[in-house]
Amino acid sequence: MTALEKIPILVEAPEAAAQSYLNTLPLLHEILHALRRLHRDGTSTALDLLAMPFGPGDEARLFEFLGNGELSAELDAMGQSSIRESRFSGVWIIEHKSSGGRRVALQIEVTRLPAILQTQPEDIGAGLDAMQEALETLKAGEPV
Amino acid sequence: MADPRTKTLGETLRRHGVSRRGFLKFCTATASMMALPPSMVPAVAAALDKASRPSVIWLSFQECTGCTESLTRSHSPTLESLIFDHISLDYHHTLQVASGHAAEKAREEAMHANHGNYLVVVDGSIPLGNPGYSTTAGVSNLQTLEETVAGAAAVIAVGTCAAFGGLPKAYPNPTGAVAVRDIVHDKPVINVSGCPPIPMVITGVLAHYLTFGTLPQLDQYGRPMNFYGTSIHDRCYRRPFYDKGLFADTFDDEGARKGWCLYKLGCKGPMTYNACATAKWNEGTSWPVESGHGCLGCSEPNFWDAGGFYNALSIPVGEVSRSVSYAAAAGLAVGAAAAGLNSRAKAKAKKNHGTVTVDDLEKKS
Repeated sequence: MTALEKIPILVEAPEAAAQSYLNTLPLLHEILHALRRLHRDGTSTALDLLAMPFGPGDEARLFEFLGNGELSAELDAMGQSSIRESRFSGVWIIEHKSSGGRRVALQIEVTRLPAILQTQPEDIGAGLDAMQEALETLKAGEPV
Repeated sequence: MADPRTKTLGETLRRHGVSRRGFLKFCTATASMMALPPSMVPAVAAALDKASRPSVIWLSFQECTGCTESLTRSHSPTLESLIFDHISLDYHHTLQVASGHAAEKAREEAMHANHGNYLVVVDGSIPLGNPGYSTTAGVSNLQTLEETVAGAAAVIAVGTCAAFGGLPKAYPNPTGAVAVRDIVHDKPVINVSGCPPIPMVITGVLAHYLTFGTLPQLDQYGRPMNFYGTSIHDRCYRRPFYDKGLFADTFDDEGARKGWCLYKLGCKGPMTYNACATAKWNEGTSWPVESGHGCLGCSEPNFWDAGGFYNALSIPVGEVSRSVSYAAAAGLAVGAAAAGLNSRAKAKAKKNHGTVTVDDLEKKS
């Protein structure tokens, strides 16, 4: 028996049940107030979830409560992003990832439509130029 | 290094084929990184689009390179790398290809070409005991710093060594180490403390300068308020347990397994100001308290001499629960009171380089 094998190994007990860190409920009330504002006067609100002191499981509890709504979208620009409406209309969950797959932003937007979903004027101009060029390069008589 | 043909960050990103929508996403992440509210995203986008490439000279003195590691050892590509790529890093011992006289020449050329506008980043403390303790190309750290800072717009002291002296300054401070602010008095000095600092915080300060062309608001220790404005304790996800008086007494008891407050195990969260609780480490994976270990207080001055990482310095261990209950009932700012007590204990520990006992605290309280 080697010296190392003489060292007793303590088998850890199964992990304790997930704790509630009580950080989710205040945030849900903040979202509720924001939704009330949106309904009353159309004011949009955005909350940066990466600035929240979440403990293990807090984020999952938040998303479980918010659930999934009617609409979700994927954005592929500098990495993947997911934009989805929660089961509460007007409450959106937006997660941005870098091209390496790392989460770089996580927001709740309480709005009619997140701005990131709208086509930007600069991109419309670029799209116009690209389409024009694509049409001009079509060979005469080539079926489309 | 940034492509010298591009002048603004917007141009840099467009050259990389980034759409406007992608740029807005980048700005959202940058605003989050700078701890700005999401409502600031349009302003950040407008400013970043026109942000020019600042020249940055990075000086390494009495340090372990951990601060550079913190910033550069991220899995590519990250937001930090995009910001870092955009600056014109004209001098950095560890990263640059050139060495010896060629490296020093690059520093001098950058200083000359960007006089009055370049940023100086310093990691490591400066030894005053003997100029020979730490030199670069035969020039003392003190002389290098004074020469380089003379034409700088501002100085960013990265890491606790540069900000407060750090480990080299710990008792008995054999090299006579001092912080950047002990030497530089005629330029703005931003302290980005931490051992090491959170990479997002280092980049966040650079991004703030890029975005607004100004330096962020600073606290009493010269640290940016948006990252160091709140104590670890106040942002800790275990804070509700502290408020209820539920503490881990050892690292493997029921309280530890249930994720209760680590205050009794020496957590320095109440007296430590940093962004670990929200920014986290290793690409947002976790941070010390989430991993079951108390905060060491590494972003605070003289934390090495604070009397022991596992001593609950502020309040005698046996009295924590009772004191917490009283404080909660009275609505007192326990963190502030604890910090006050702690500062006295730290002062004594620093002087004697010894641990602080409960008896010591009781004598002083």
